Amino acid sequence: MEHKSGLSRAYPAKPGNVYLFATCLIDQFAPEAGLDTVRLLEREGIAVHFPEGQTCCGQPAYTSGYPDEARDVARHQLDLFPEPWPVVVPSGSCGAMLRHHYPKLFAANPALAAKAQTLAERTFELTEFLVHVVGFARNDSGAPCTIALHTSCHARREMGCHETSEALLAGLKQVKVTEQARIEECCGFGGTFSMRFPHISEAIVTDKVESLCATGAGRVVSADCGCLFNITGRAAKLDEIAGRSEPTLSGEHIASFLWRRTAGETS
Amino acid sequence: MSQPIQIHPAKGFKERSLAALNDPAQRKNFRGAMDFLQMKRRAQFPDPKDLSSLRDLGEAIRRYSLARLPDLLEQLERNLTANGIQVHWAETPDQANAIALGIARRVDARLIAKGKSMVSEEVGFNHAMEAAGIETLETDMGEYIVQLAGEAPSHIIMPAIHKTKQQIAALFAEKIPGVAYSEDVDTLIQIGRRVLRRKFAAADIGLSGVNFAVAETGTLFLVENEGNGRMCTTVPRVHIAITGIEKVVAKLEHVPPLNSLLPRSATGQPVTTYLNLISSPRKAGELDGPEEVHLILVDNGRTQAYGDLQLRATLQCIRCGACMNHCPVYARIGGPRLRHHLSGPDRRHHLAPPARSRRHLPAVLRLDAVPRLRRRLSGAHPDHRSADPLAQ
Repeated sequence: MEHKSGLSRAYPAKPGNVYLFATCLIDQFAPEAGLDTVRLLEREGIAVHFPEGQTCCGQPAYTSGYPDEARDVARHQLDLFPEPWPVVVPSGSCGAMLRHHYPKLFAANPALAAKAQTLAERTFELTEFLVHVVGFARNDSGAPCTIALHTSCHARREMGCHETSEALLAGLKQVKVTEQARIEECCGFGGTFSMRFPHISEAIVTDKVESLCATGAGRVVSADCGCLFNITGRAAKLDEIAGRSEPTLSGEHIASFLWRRTAGETS
Repeated sequence: MSQPIQIHPAKGFKERSLAALNDPAQRKNFRGAMDFLQMKRRAQFPDPKDLSSLRDLGEAIRRYSLARLPDLLEQLERNLTANGIQVHWAETPDQANAIALGIARRVDARLIAKGKSMVSEEVGFNHAMEAAGIETLETDMGEYIVQLAGEAPSHIIMPAIHKTKQQIAALFAEKIPGVAYSEDVDTLIQIGRRVLRRKFAAADIGLSGVNFAVAETGTLFLVENEGNGRMCTTVPRVHIAITGIEKVVAKLEHVPPLNSLLPRSATGQPVTTYLNLISSPRKAGELDGPEEVHLILVDNGRTQAYGDLQLRATLQCIRCGACMNHCPVYARIGGPRLRHHLSGPDRRHHLAPPARSRRHLPAVLRLDAVPRLRRRLSGAHPDHRSADPLAQ
């Protein structure tokens, strides 16, 4: 049984090799965020291995109430990471699936449960890995700027990664992170929820865009592409409706933001 | 064996949720109320680690109880009976209502005063009594308002949270004879209180829910803030408590950690105004209290949920409602559009297994005795050998 207080965990020393579990959204829609993840890790002297056979983690089926179908998808990932290296996931949502839900999915099968458990124990969300394993400490070489941070529900509630995202941004001396109303509230994406109940999803994301715009930052950074696409997509739609030619709110994955801010540096 | 899960989407949900989204006044009500409740709960749990460990303890206690559910239900029945409380078992809502109706007919009841009870909503208690010519009166202020308006509760803790004071003022002026329109909240409360006070004295039966039923001592634990729960359980000649079979806990000492979570999570109160521990009818020489106390234990699909690995955890719920208060969907569409006793879009599936599992019940079951229930509940529970969480 995974307890909520199980968020605290032991971290390994900085390894020489890691696996990257890139997630569907990065693979399909935001490859640059995946490449920036690789750049960030390689610059720290870590070799990044990307098993080509990886697919979706199975979360859409899992959260839609199809555990058997989710198990099939998850089963496929269990053999992809044979070496005892950490598996880094640039998403708190998919990371939480591997870390917290895989062991539950395979609880009835001891052999697979053991595999799922070892995979869970070496799965790290990117910002968590950068803070607690890498000890990321690069100098900010960018111009002064103000941003808002959005942390996904899974990253915040299942992985505690709002703290590591905040810590990484706090390390960038020229970056000011704004306060926002209801920061912990969902952006309305919720994976398949946004497709099943688009009208409710839209109401939630409209409020989220409003909160973010009210900060005056003009840019939102997140470690989860699902939220980012949802938020910036709605912001663009609202711009279109209002006839604004300049985007009110742009978004960036935290891997890309970190890389861009510290790109001048080599190790 | 676990049963296949049948999902029955709430009919007309999309239309009703669209209507709610397009009702700015109501959205403002809900948003404001949810922000307030979130803030109150945060203030009660300033340290997330304390909250985490208390939740873990609460969960361990609930799992410990559920692992021993058949034994604990038998023990509960034994100890309640020894204390003079009559125990009844209901497999279905109809059976629960028939039991209550049997008691009501025997004592020739005309009026039942009701404390807050979500299980009574679940079984359609008011409707069944009124169909039999017995008046029911909700005495929780929020429930009273909702009943007066002919609506369903929109929140399990705050049933009338969807209504503004202006709407309530208009409702009182329209429905209560001799009442003038007033938006003053204290005045409105006093009006409701006066009506209810008169009714308590006239009620033949008081109905209540149960927050925790303690097996070891045969005690019914009930929290409330208005004193109406205590009025319902002490003033009328007969008290009927109604609850789900999952509400049992092993020991009295298991209640304080759970009750430390319940009001703080629900309303942001460190403790409710009233804590009732009901352990018997009026004893010889006592000046007050009911002459009869009954407990109706309702299954209504809970044994099915218990037998389903995916649904079993839903029985751990202590009904604090914090999930609703923090739900981004609930904050926007609220409860009244959803027409279910446990309001909220997916909570229908999560907290209310009965609605969909009832169809799997073999028709021949006559669940009026524990042994049959025990067979239904059979099957090793993975926690069965777990130690008492408070003994560690």
